Amino acid sequence: MSKKIGFKLIFIVGIAAVLIIGIFSFYNIRSQSDALQAEVERHANQLSETVKHSTRYDMLLNQRDRIHTIINTIGKQPGIHDVRVLNKEGEIIYSSHEQDIGKMVDKNAESCYACHAANEPLERLPIKERTRIFYNDSSRVLGIINPIYNESSCWTAECHAHLKNQTVLGVLDVTISLTDVDEQIKRGEINTVIFALSAVAALSLLIGFFVKKWVDKPVKELVNATREIGTGNLNYVINEKKTDEFGMLAKSFNNMTKKLSEARVQLFQSDKMASLGRLAAGVAHEINNPLTGVLTYSSFLLKKTVNNPEINEDLKVIVRETKRSREIVKSLLDFARQSVPKKNNVNIEEIINKAVSVVENQLSINHIELIKNIEKDIPQVTVDSNQMQQVFINLLVNASDAIGSKGGKINLSASVIKLSPYGITHIKQAVCPKRHDLIDNETKIDGMPSIKLKVYSNGTQGYINLDPVYGRSNHIFHFPMNLEKDYKLVCPKCEISLMEEGKRCPDCNAPVYSFEVPSRGNVQGCLGKNCSWQKWEAVDLGGQKDYLEIKISDSGCGIPKENLSKIFEPFYSTKGQKGTGLGLSVIWGIIDNHNGTIKVESEVNKGTTFIIHLPINQN
Amino acid sequence: MDNGTTSPIGRGKKQWDILVIDDEQVIIDAVVKICSSENFSVDSAIDAQNALIKLVKNYYRLIICDIMMPGMDGFDFLNELMERKITSPVIMTTGFSTVDNAVRSLYNGAIDFIPKPFTSDELLNSVIRGMKYLKIQSLLKNQRDDSAVVYVPCPAKYYRLGYSSWASEESTGSILIGATDLFIKTIENFSGIDLLSTDEELIQGNSCAYFKDQSERIYPLLSPVTGRIIETNSEAAKDKTLLEKDPYFEGWLYRLLPSDSEYELKKLINCSSDRL
Repeated sequence: MSKKIGFKLIFIVGIAAVLIIGIFSFYNIRSQSDALQAEVERHANQLSETVKHSTRYDMLLNQRDRIHTIINTIGKQPGIHDVRVLNKEGEIIYSSHEQDIGKMVDKNAESCYACHAANEPLERLPIKERTRIFYNDSSRVLGIINPIYNESSCWTAECHAHLKNQTVLGVLDVTISLTDVDEQIKRGEINTVIFALSAVAALSLLIGFFVKKWVDKPVKELVNATREIGTGNLNYVINEKKTDEFGMLAKSFNNMTKKLSEARVQLFQSDKMASLGRLAAGVAHEINNPLTGVLTYSSFLLKKTVNNPEINEDLKVIVRETKRSREIVKSLLDFARQSVPKKNNVNIEEIINKAVSVVENQLSINHIELIKNIEKDIPQVTVDSNQMQQVFINLLVNASDAIGSKGGKINLSASVIKLSPYGITHIKQAVCPKRHDLIDNETKIDGMPSIKLKVYSNGTQGYINLDPVYGRSNHIFHFPMNLEKDYKLVCPKCEISLMEEGKRCPDCNAPVYSFEVPSRGNVQGCLGKNCSWQKWEAVDLGGQKDYLEIKISDSGCGIPKENLSKIFEPFYSTKGQKGTGLGLSVIWGIIDNHNGTIKVESEVNKGTTFIIHLPINQN
Repeated sequence: MDNGTTSPIGRGKKQWDILVIDDEQVIIDAVVKICSSENFSVDSAIDAQNALIKLVKNYYRLIICDIMMPGMDGFDFLNELMERKITSPVIMTTGFSTVDNAVRSLYNGAIDFIPKPFTSDELLNSVIRGMKYLKIQSLLKNQRDDSAVVYVPCPAKYYRLGYSSWASEESTGSILIGATDLFIKTIENFSGIDLLSTDEELIQGNSCAYFKDQSERIYPLLSPVTGRIIETNSEAAKDKTLLEKDPYFEGWLYRLLPSDSEYELKKLINCSSDRL
């Protein structure tokens, strides 16, 4: 397609060039040849006057030999075709071509025609009229006639050759060859054609080159991009560096693909949610009916057997566990609506023990040794005990799956630690000075929505997803730029600057950015290399806080580094048919709803550790 | 359970306490067993069509009906009852216990909604409340001018979730919610309430407060709207008479910051229409 545009352009420009050069040279050559011809004319006229004057005296003395000599001498000069003198009757009296002497010239001959065209011969002619151009042996010849008028000295001369009443005694006719002039004109014409051809060729090359550079390449890139996008790669980005229309096109193209991919993600997500909703509804309905049977009968029996403590205790377990099943089914339905935890002050050890008792069987079958290490006197935490139990059960089952049936160890520890807010506090909200939301729910870092900002540096631009954990810098850079010296961060929506004017990072001296966390003050930071400086005064003032740290580590197969960032995403599963991929995302959601954090450390073939931090109430 | 007696109203119709409609036999069996233990006579139907046939022949004081049934579903059944002018109170139940089902049930005239699976107590408490409701209704009908039962109607511009809870918009954008007079009156020997604390989220159609009687039975109140609690009426929690005397004003329970009241209020009954 681009080639055709190139050819079309070359064709049009070529024709235009040929036309322009053609017209220009036509007029140019014509004026040039006119000038040349005029010059020749002037020269001829001068020559003829010279001949006339130089022969005048000899004519008066009637010294014919001397006149012959003069005419012959002049006539032999290069470029002069012929010099001759005709008398009134048309007889050639003198000529540089001696053989012509004595010949008669007709009135209609080109030497006489100018004056004798009318019935009465003209006596005086302007110079223009006296010149003529005619062909002699295929070469052009310019002739100029110069009438010799009668003067008093003529009729008073001793020879008495002329009478007083004659006005014109004869004609001096000088003819000059135009071969030189014609050759010059021809050379000019050839030069012009050569020039026109080379100009067209040069133009074509130039056009071809720039069309290739400015049209061909970007169009090829665009075609490539559409192909990529056609195959479903919506992350394909075209270089936006160009400032011309193609740059604008690339920008709007990238914008389009971004919107498209966002829409696709949303569609995919809502589709997933819709099918999950349908699945949950179906499961809920199907399971709730049999559960109703179990729950009604067991709760009925529980009332009836108050006097039989042995059976009563067992029934209590059935009722309790059925109620838990009810909560699980409900939370499946609630998952689509992001359920709210029902928090109570509970002893975490009890919850852990309950969770362990559920999975104990599976662990012993797989020869897995569970080592519990729970600190004494852990203060109560405010959590939803059902949800927390679900978290521990899921993590323990995951650990057991990672170990497989070959046997291994799971360490479960719980302890109270003091954590500074630095490196643990999750930045959940972020806005620019114009109140645009900076949180990017699509790009998650360790399962947490990141903070998306736009970066300008060294004349280029790109995006950065900041780590949402205060004091940690696992940022994601969407561009290959060097940010050591100078950069500017702006809001991706309104482009308002987020830089602290004149402020420099105390650690690495890089420029400092800042954004607002609604109702919790500003977070400042820098993007210096290997620098993780950040400052959030509102949180720093709170000082260190007590957290409950729960670690569950296994000696299983581990998680490859590239998958670590994805494991908290919904529907991410390595268990194939066995899992739904919902487990860890639900866990993440539960911990997040409890204002806690969960992170994962893993080494392939060595094992995986999940670390949960839950805030402990100060009061 | 053929211990029904002849109804005084039914002109020779057989009278039962309860009709349970469910497509699952195990649930019918469970309901029959539990309710019979409290000396209620229980009849059952495997679907709504069957129930309608039985309703022609017999009189039932209370109906427990599943929503998701083959053929006619629970909502169609409720409409059919209304058309046939059968005024027996209905308790709806379903395994697919979404907010929408709960709200729609109460909107369409059911007096209560119990999500499956339920315990025997949850079922019995609801049945007992249904029976009390029936008693109040007949008292109202027969002793219109007597002051034995004073029924306080829901004020205009209020919205109610069936006979369960009410919601009233405040000028500040927050919403006050509370229990309707009828809900409180259906609790025999009402002794007090357990309220949730501030900052907790309420979901429309889900339990938001627990009313108790002297025998420690618990009656959950379903929330009329979704929102975050910004204030709890501690006076009402302390003094149950406040609720009984002035359920619509001094007896409010929570002040909420609603999340989508405009949409949710449309699904409630406008109390202004009660007066027509």
